[in-house]
Amino acid sequence: MTNDSIKSGLQQVLTFVLGSETYGVDILRVQEIRGWSSVTKIPHAPAHVLGVLNLRGSIVPIVDMRMQFNLERAEYTAVTVIIVLSVQSRKGKRDFGVVVDGVSDVVNVDDSQVKAAPDLGSREATEHIRGLMPVADRMVVLLDIDKLIAGQLPNTSDSEDQASAAAAA
Amino acid sequence: MDLDLAQFHSSFFEESFEALDGMEAALLGLDVGAPDPERVNGIFRVAHSIKGGAGMFGFKDVASFTHTLETLLDELRSGRMAVTRDISDKLLLSVDVMRAMLTSVQRKEPVDMQKVADLQFDLEMIVAQGAGGAPAAAAPAAPAATASPAPAAATAPAGGPAAEGSNAARWAIEFRALPELLLRGNDPIAIFSSLAELGKLTVVANMQAVPRLRSIDAERCYLTWTLELESDCARDQVDAAFEWAAVDCELTIKRVEAGASSAPAAVAPAAVVEAPVVAAPPVQAAVAPKVVEAAAKPVEAAVAPPASAAASAATAPDATAPAAAAPAAAAPAPKPADAKEPAKAAAGGEHSSIRVSIEKIDELINTVGELVITQAMLSELGRKLDGSVAEQFRSGLNQLERNMRELQESVMRVRMLPISFTFSRFPRMVRDLAQRLGKQIELKMTGEQTELDKTVLEKIGDPLVHLVRNSIDHGIEAPDVRVKAGKSPTGIVHLDACHRGGHIAVEIRDDGNGLDKSRILAKARSRGLVGQNDVLTDEQVHELIFMPGFSTAEKTTDVSGRGVGMDVVRRNVKELGGKIEIASELGKGSRFIITLPLTLAIVDGQSVSVGSETYIVPLTSIVESLQLQPQSVNRLSGRGEVFSFRGDYLPIVRLHELFGIEPRATALHEGLIVVAEGDGRRIGLFVDELLGQQQVVIKSMEANYGPVDGVAGATILGDGSVALILDLSGLIRVAAGTARAA
Repeated sequence: MTNDSIKSGLQQVLTFVLGSETYGVDILRVQEIRGWSSVTKIPHAPAHVLGVLNLRGSIVPIVDMRMQFNLERAEYTAVTVIIVLSVQSRKGKRDFGVVVDGVSDVVNVDDSQVKAAPDLGSREATEHIRGLMPVADRMVVLLDIDKLIAGQLPNTSDSEDQASAAAAA
Repeated sequence: MDLDLAQFHSSFFEESFEALDGMEAALLGLDVGAPDPERVNGIFRVAHSIKGGAGMFGFKDVASFTHTLETLLDELRSGRMAVTRDISDKLLLSVDVMRAMLTSVQRKEPVDMQKVADLQFDLEMIVAQGAGGAPAAAAPAAPAATASPAPAAATAPAGGPAAEGSNAARWAIEFRALPELLLRGNDPIAIFSSLAELGKLTVVANMQAVPRLRSIDAERCYLTWTLELESDCARDQVDAAFEWAAVDCELTIKRVEAGASSAPAAVAPAAVVEAPVVAAPPVQAAVAPKVVEAAAKPVEAAVAPPASAAASAATAPDATAPAAAAPAAAAPAPKPADAKEPAKAAAGGEHSSIRVSIEKIDELINTVGELVITQAMLSELGRKLDGSVAEQFRSGLNQLERNMRELQESVMRVRMLPISFTFSRFPRMVRDLAQRLGKQIELKMTGEQTELDKTVLEKIGDPLVHLVRNSIDHGIEAPDVRVKAGKSPTGIVHLDACHRGGHIAVEIRDDGNGLDKSRILAKARSRGLVGQNDVLTDEQVHELIFMPGFSTAEKTTDVSGRGVGMDVVRRNVKELGGKIEIASELGKGSRFIITLPLTLAIVDGQSVSVGSETYIVPLTSIVESLQLQPQSVNRLSGRGEVFSFRGDYLPIVRLHELFGIEPRATALHEGLIVVAEGDGRRIGLFVDELLGQQQVVIKSMEANYGPVDGVAGATILGDGSVALILDLSGLIRVAAGTARAA
């Protein structure tokens, strides 16, 4: 999917704000944008998985992006926004919601404008970043949500299979 | 091309498997010696359509095998060969082989050709041998007793079709329809079937008047019929049948004295070969399917090559399939007064249905679930309104609520299937097992129409198979033993299903020897499961047979007796949220009663609250709820708290600790203890408060998240929020794990 959109050259990106930074995700992956409502906690879940919500009949986990990116926690208020995204994992399509500070805009992105992320020393740090792109006077970090979410939710990652394979070996 | 056809593969497989099930059932109901021609035709059609499909999709092995099978079946249905026990066994084997082949093809695995080739050879041998010697033997077996002329026409040379020694009077009827007969809305089939109600009817169509294909007018009738009715009825009863057609035909009705030789056998020689083909398709399909079938071979040979596409489409086997499918033709088909099961067959054909994928239905159920929540929200809002419009608003909402409830029930019912889908495999199994064990067993099935959820249906099959197998192997005695015990040599295994409240009860009953309690007890004592002097109630003794590895069978047969089983049966049933009970009387038989929820999509739950969270505990796992006094709690050093419950000490599991929630109550006497069980273990689950009992729709956590220990799923509450449904077995495991770690 990601590859296709890269090849196609032009795509639309939804940008959102987290703290002082602006991030962008492929708009075709966005299912819904909704206001914050309280979630049901999942026992033994990782800290950044806040809980689950009812999204038109299906149970959708909600992830706090601030915690994911090790940003300072913000209070959840009436203007806090949840973006519901769908990811392609090995086990098929999954929906999950991310909590962000606010949604800003939809921008057109031409691949030629996208710069590769600088080497920050470790693969983990940049793995989920597809690239950087200047929009107006700011820099937007384009996210690869498939990679971002891989390993964050149970059963979404390859790592689990690798782990079991390693255990077997 | 391949791509285009591939999309039809799955429906071909699905239909073929279904057709094979039908074929198997038809074979099992086939009387050796006097087969019902309708059944034989039905079996033939299955083979024929599978052959057609397989040929079209290029499954050569399947097509080749079914071709051989079809050849044999064709011999059988034309009456040239008699159905023997051996043939019917071989045909049953063919069903297995075809099923296996189709499964392999479907999974794109290689087909086990050895088995196929062996059986195919056997079938060919039967056909080859049958062609020589059988016809004479087949003739008397042919059921001349019906309105079906097929065997009559085919066996004509071998002798008259009329039953010998019958004293009933006969009516010989010449029915020459004028060409306008059909135009005026008369239906010969209807006439014949009303005649058939009067007595034994033999119909022979005369096709000499049928013109060549190109000059045929589809709306004109070219056929004449010679009928012979064996009945004591009065002349005017016979006249009544032709009442409407009388002006459109030449009719001669003559009374023939009993014993006089029968006229019709001489008519309809194969000489007018092309007649059935050229007969206007509607007429032919509706009126003379049997005749066409009987003449099938010569017709194909004589006409098919030069004739147009229309003619080949109308060649016998093809033409009979639609004829049978059309309800009009199926209904008046031979209905001998003594036929046992035509009603059943007809009923099966009349229920029309469509295939819908489970996902679509689940989507529907989801959406309806959401509607119910929205409606609940609106109702809540409506209560807060006042003013004159509010009253109308509320009455509208009430109506909405009623409609919603009905809608929800109907949608839930879509997922329900009759249990006959599971039951249908038993006749074959019982037959095979009985044969192998040398027992005589009659299988009775009642309540096959009882509906339950598809998922439950799929999972209940294996446990039922096991129980039925047990009944046959251990329950029903050998015929001689039964006679000695003063019972009929034929044992009865009875499968029964019925609705009981919100549950379905499936009962497997046999009139065999019953459970031998003393032997079970002795075995249990010898294995040290029960103390030498312990006195057990009947229930406790029955409980023993659910112990893993427990078997009292003296010798292990390949059917059962290895002691693997009853524990698995019980576990499966419990996984479905059901239970199994046993009632047994030595020498009289035993009953196994399985009670299951109708659906896995809904669970009866008790809502409990812990801190700000709400959880659902399935009612089936709750034993009791109670409030503890501080003094009744004992602390075990390092192992947490226990309390005494009906003579046992149960561990207390604090749900808030296990799930890491801030509770409202920490002192045991401030909250409540829910005694719950899972995996045969009990715990006291400490919660803040009990809320209410309700039916909740189970939603998967795994679809978007993943499995969570101690949580079976989630549900959406009336206010739209999510509540987790607890899985007690998992919870107990987690609790035990943390206790060990602590």
